[in-house]
Amino acid sequence: MPTNQDIEIQCPLPLAGDNTIRLAHGGGGHLMQTLIHEIFLQAFSNPFLNSLQDSAVLPPEEGRLAMTTDSYVVRPLFFPGGDIGSLAVHGTINDLAMMGATPRYLSAGFILEEGLPIEILKHVVGSMAKTAQACGVPIVCGDTKVVDRGKGDQIFINTTGLGVIPASLDIGPHRITPGDRMIVSGDLGTHGMAVLSVREGLAFSADIASDSAPLHAVVADLIKNGISIHCMRDLTRGGLASALNELATTARVKMTIDESRIPVSESVRGACEILGLDPLYVANEGRCVLLMPPADVEKALAILQNHAISERAAEIGEVLPLASNHTPQVTLLTPYGTHRILDLLSGEQLPRIC
Amino acid sequence: MKYVDEFRDPKAVHALSKEIHRITRHPWTIMEVCGGQTHSIVRYGLDRLLPTAITLIHGPGCPVCVTPIELIDAACQLASLPDVIFCSFGDMLRVPGSRDDLLHVKAQGGDIRIIYSPLDAVEIAHTYPQRHIICFAVGFETTAPAQAMAVLQARRLHLSNFSLLVAHVLVPPAMEAILSSSENRVQGFLAAGHVCTVMGYDMYELICHRFQVPIVVTGFEPVDILEGVQLVVTQLEEGRYEVENQYSRSVQQSGNLEARKVVDEVFEPTSRNWRGIGEISRSGLQLRQSFAEFDALRIFEDRIQLSRSSNALESECQSGRILQGLMKPSACSAFGIRCTPEHPLGAPMVSSEGACAAYYRYRHHEVARG
Repeated sequence: MPTNQDIEIQCPLPLAGDNTIRLAHGGGGHLMQTLIHEIFLQAFSNPFLNSLQDSAVLPPEEGRLAMTTDSYVVRPLFFPGGDIGSLAVHGTINDLAMMGATPRYLSAGFILEEGLPIEILKHVVGSMAKTAQACGVPIVCGDTKVVDRGKGDQIFINTTGLGVIPASLDIGPHRITPGDRMIVSGDLGTHGMAVLSVREGLAFSADIASDSAPLHAVVADLIKNGISIHCMRDLTRGGLASALNELATTARVKMTIDESRIPVSESVRGACEILGLDPLYVANEGRCVLLMPPADVEKALAILQNHAISERAAEIGEVLPLASNHTPQVTLLTPYGTHRILDLLSGEQLPRIC
Repeated sequence: MKYVDEFRDPKAVHALSKEIHRITRHPWTIMEVCGGQTHSIVRYGLDRLLPTAITLIHGPGCPVCVTPIELIDAACQLASLPDVIFCSFGDMLRVPGSRDDLLHVKAQGGDIRIIYSPLDAVEIAHTYPQRHIICFAVGFETTAPAQAMAVLQARRLHLSNFSLLVAHVLVPPAMEAILSSSENRVQGFLAAGHVCTVMGYDMYELICHRFQVPIVVTGFEPVDILEGVQLVVTQLEEGRYEVENQYSRSVQQSGNLEARKVVDEVFEPTSRNWRGIGEISRSGLQLRQSFAEFDALRIFEDRIQLSRSSNALESECQSGRILQGLMKPSACSAFGIRCTPEHPLGAPMVSSEGACAAYYRYRHHEVARG
């Protein structure tokens, strides 16, 4: 659960004398107006949102627009290092940052389950507002729907992000070239293990907090310093292994990474060991992989390591050309000098039995 | 990570690999019994550090893989009952029964919960007195003590809404069955370390002498496995057959006496059908008569239909031959083509300890290219 100082409760007024969400809160009537004014506007207040029009009207921008959308259904809503609200802001901002875009605006759509305590909604909205403010990205439009009890899981959030890419910038899998080096921006697996530890009631001796964090500032710093980033990908569901496989397939290359150079914290390694999970497949929410020419690696690492969220950044491998007739693949060099395939995961990682 | 890193040390691994090359004079076929060992071998490519004269073949040590299809079918029926909460280790959920798997039952509305310890299931039974909680008791000797403890705990708490669907199997009878087969190629064993942590290794003395085969109790990390191979090869080259203990940091000769006592109090040996292999005498555990009120099959016998045990196996699945070390997963014509983790023909493709799953996960591109 969040601590008191994490939560800014911005609504001093009781909400129509009731303390749970009812179907009428999404019905367009009086209760919905109260919800919008007393919770959402209070928390997210900015000129674009406050006009309460059918659309937010935004000024023109220079450069190309980047747009992304993501839905957040994490359970439990609160976990060490974050909550569904902060996640919904970070996740979408990171999707923009991975294209080299400067995040400018967010939307927020809420699907609430009937019976949700309003206090929980306030915590989540408060956290979202605080996170968006810290990232410098206003939430400019929104929507709320309420579904019957049992038809949802407390709160689902969808955020859409709009960002601006400078005309000179071209980042994406099409630029991946054999010889490129790969950097991960920090240690892997903390978000997935933090959520799992709370969800399954697993008490790890060492506390693991989610890495949920915005990556746009560190990406901006890299770009400002002239690092020629060919491609980036944030390492969310499916972890590093899945992200690299997707990139290798799109770019039609082979990739190889060195297991001993991949940063994984002691506590995550220990927890994964106990549960039979592979940290390379565990979800992250504030980590990315960056591909760039070898000449830029040293400088990029110095910049990354200068930011708290990427101080454990490390070079982990390189891109190789794909021989004809071969399918794109990612291989992993084990500490014993043998190679194995690092494949996409089939289904979910399920804990082993003995 | 303390207590693990030293057994993954690349220098030690290379030194052992060199030593095995030095001592190997003849071709030998060695079976690692446990699926956990198989995964370590394939994941780290340990077989590729061995001389070509040494063939490692993968044994039956995946309890998920050998759980008979009729028990999977029973599990699916029980998990579908509206008043039941069905608790299982995660591995079992994707194992195909004759029609369904548990994941499918869950998607259809069955209340199935993944647990990490059978005692979690007792806790759930305590929390939901109106529901009946069934724990799928799958595993070798390793997990049997925890299942037995769960039953004892349920009795202590006077819980009448808790039961086990018991599919437990025992390792030594399976090793004997493999050695007795006319097709047997196994000349030495890496015995499963964790099974021996519980049971000790007295019983292997009999097998070792009866079949004149070296047996080395072996752990799961790269250094463990190569040490185990080194000890087996040394015995084979010297013409000896003995039981040795490589995994002495975990295993004592008579095992964990407390754990054995608990298992013995709650369970008794019974014949069990091994999926793909067939019935092996005294190779399974069942609840003793004095604990019959915790037997899910007995409690729900009127509400489910037990399919007859059958080894007319699922389509073209070769899991029986693979589990007996008679065939490598990559030699199966369905491997990676008609049998994948998304569409498995048999359990070894989906269990986290299954040999087919290990080959698919770490090597399937190479296999596909031949």
